[in-house]
Amino acid sequence: MFTLEKRPTPSRFWQFATPIVAVILTMIAGGILFAILGKNPFEAIRTIFWDPLFNEQFAAYSRPQLLVKAGPLILIAIGLSLGFRAGIWNIGAEGQYIMGAIFGAGVALAVYPLQAIWIFPAMVLAGAFGGWLWAMIPALLKTRLNAPEILVSLLLVNVAQYILAWMSLGLMRNPDGGGFPGSRNLGAYPSAANPELIAGTGMHWGVVAAISTVIAAHILLQRHTLGFQIKLTGQAPRAARFAGVNPRALVMLCMGISGALAGLAGMFEVAGPAGQISIDFNVGYGFTAIIVAFLGRLNPIGILFAGLLMALTYIGGELAQFMLALPSAAIQAFQGMLLFFLLAVDVLTNYRLRLKGAA
Amino acid sequence: MTDPLLRLDGLSKSYPGVIANADVSLTINPGEIHALLGENGAGKSTLVKMIYGLVKPDAGSMTLRGAPYTPQEPRAARASGVAMVFQHFSLFEALSVAENVALGMENPPRLRDLTTRIAKVSQDYGLPLDPARRVGDLSAGERQRVEIIRCLLANPKLLIMDEPTSVLTPQEVAILFKTLRQLAAEGTAILYISHKLEEIRTLCDAATILRRGRVVATCTPRDRTAREMAELMVGAVLTPPERGARQVWPPGPPALSVTDLSLASPIPFGTALKSISFAVQRGEVLGIAGVAGNGQDELLLALSGELRSAPGMITSFGVPLGAQGPNSRRRAGFVAAPEDRLGHAAAPDMSLVENAFLTAAVRRELTRAGFIDWPATRDYAERVIKAYDVRTPGPFVAARALSGGNLQKFVIGRELGQEPQVILINQPTWGVDAAAAAAIRQAILDRASGGAAVVVISQDLDELLEISDRFAVLNGGRLTAPRPVQGLTIDEIGLMMGGAHGMEVAHVHP
Repeated sequence: MFTLEKRPTPSRFWQFATPIVAVILTMIAGGILFAILGKNPFEAIRTIFWDPLFNEQFAAYSRPQLLVKAGPLILIAIGLSLGFRAGIWNIGAEGQYIMGAIFGAGVALAVYPLQAIWIFPAMVLAGAFGGWLWAMIPALLKTRLNAPEILVSLLLVNVAQYILAWMSLGLMRNPDGGGFPGSRNLGAYPSAANPELIAGTGMHWGVVAAISTVIAAHILLQRHTLGFQIKLTGQAPRAARFAGVNPRALVMLCMGISGALAGLAGMFEVAGPAGQISIDFNVGYGFTAIIVAFLGRLNPIGILFAGLLMALTYIGGELAQFMLALPSAAIQAFQGMLLFFLLAVDVLTNYRLRLKGAA
Repeated sequence: MTDPLLRLDGLSKSYPGVIANADVSLTINPGEIHALLGENGAGKSTLVKMIYGLVKPDAGSMTLRGAPYTPQEPRAARASGVAMVFQHFSLFEALSVAENVALGMENPPRLRDLTTRIAKVSQDYGLPLDPARRVGDLSAGERQRVEIIRCLLANPKLLIMDEPTSVLTPQEVAILFKTLRQLAAEGTAILYISHKLEEIRTLCDAATILRRGRVVATCTPRDRTAREMAELMVGAVLTPPERGARQVWPPGPPALSVTDLSLASPIPFGTALKSISFAVQRGEVLGIAGVAGNGQDELLLALSGELRSAPGMITSFGVPLGAQGPNSRRRAGFVAAPEDRLGHAAAPDMSLVENAFLTAAVRRELTRAGFIDWPATRDYAERVIKAYDVRTPGPFVAARALSGGNLQKFVIGRELGQEPQVILINQPTWGVDAAAAAAIRQAILDRASGGAAVVVISQDLDELLEISDRFAVLNGGRLTAPRPVQGLTIDEIGLMMGGAHGMEVAHVHP
């Protein structure tokens, strides 16, 4: 019989090995799943993990997609990870992402067709502000009325989605669009567009922001008092109060940062890859970023890799859907397995597995 | 020579990484009061848990009244005539004394009969207790009587008592000892676990001393001095703390002054502070005694700044600090060590370096423009580890990996090393071995000699009397007027502690 025994200190080896082992286990279990579905497991795994990057036929399209999809995931996940570290659970990044897009696009649409250099920076600020504002609702309800931020932020996603539909059908609808829902295409409006910076890489300003945020968050957590307070509050709330941390201020701050970053991601998306405000603008980045944050062990560098990996499974998953006719549910189950195995293997960081003779 | 009641032969028990007991043998005769002595972590608890059937030994055998004794569970131990009174009571506060006793019995009689039996036992053994009272209204001493009577109703041959006097006033201790002697005279053996040596000298017939899980000595306590036994327990020579030369500090407003401090408790079922007033001058140690749960935690929170009050309720050198948070108070010269080390005074999963930063950041100036100076923090952690002999593989070990005593040394060292003006400590030596406790007390006194004002909250009367200049008791959230320790008798202390403590009841049966 096996018993779990708490380690005196968390294992450094397993802290790094856990994500790798989890990915390998996911490949094995996913392969079995695909085999049961009657597909060649090796081909399926290759299609998901290898072909998007190196297959001559697909790579030209899917390689840039990697950064396009990873950018918002990383940007949102970094913000969420700060709150998660402090025990503040913002589950509504999807809503903050939508509001960031609406605020950012709103600036552009309001001044259209003016061409000026300040328009894009103003959109960036407006996007961050929109996300921040949407996150302040659960933050205030949490600090003033002790309402659970998990529930409030999650339910506000629905509200944001209705506002998005309302905007695409009403206020922001393209007057020259022949009555179709959706705003003007910002990609065709040079002062507001968020273009691909280096052709064929998928690199746009949102990716630049994501990478800068990874570096800033890394420094914050390693070197700055605020990062220390965030970690301390999550690990030992009473010790944090003893150390002089104001829990309410920290809730406002962490919710605010994660909201602003999600809003930024939404703004970069609407001005770049998506191009316009539309009813189906949001595709779940805000929720997937939760998985990315945990897959990256709430560590900025880890989140960078986790975001790339998760983007890869998305692109590869789509590829497997039309190449091998794998059902999309199987791909989602595959992505779910990744989180499952990660959390399961994670136990080994803090616990040691011991074989125990019949007692 | 009578046959021994209980004999232990070569009992061993180890847990991963720790040997709790190694080859422990001892013999208890009927009617003997046998002390089991040792520091925290010496293996006393594991040993009695094996006798009481809570833990199975890895090796060795036990013999009870000549027959092999292998209790599988406490119920089997009780059936064989072994009873135990735990340090922490397992009573339901909402139920009456009789109902609580009935709940612990295999086949409880009708409540009315039980009430009569409880009244009779409490009469016979001089343990005043009203079976109809709600346990929630009883003092700690009275609750202990409920546990003792619960055991006595089963006519035990061996009664195990784990640190029974830690929650009692001196008068209550006297009552308990009288009962125990009477029981022994009737032939019941008592295994008495304690580290209070004077108590053991007055009460016990024999003593077995454990150190690091092994029996290091057996002795007759009456023939030994407390010092000798302490040194056997610790395995080292102990020196009592010494007070440095007393300096005269220039007159002025006190280093710490608390005026009419009243606060609701943030802790569920906590005790509100009720109009507490005292002042501590530079170089002075104020000891605050009282049984846990009488507002000690709340008082420390209010003094350290985790709980805010009106500005003027707490002042330092005339500066109002009541409305300031912990870091503002640290800037004003305060340091604090809460009772709960793991989770409050220190973050369990963080390294000692990070834990050094936790409180020392302000006074040791470990940040620059908000950025943490890790090399300086590490230096400070290493200095604390060295100066206070903290046993750890290194400064980057998680706090929870340290033993309780070592972590306490680190926490105290971290606070005292900040050149404080005002030192606030709750339970400075709780769970710390005797040698380390002596070192901690000495360090506190050294700081006082250096001009700091010190408030020590403790449940250990001996400790407070050893280091305090003045002494007060916290009882139900109220503080008695502090009195100079010099010339204070143990009876007067008992009366100070007595206030809301059921002492009137105890005096009915002297």
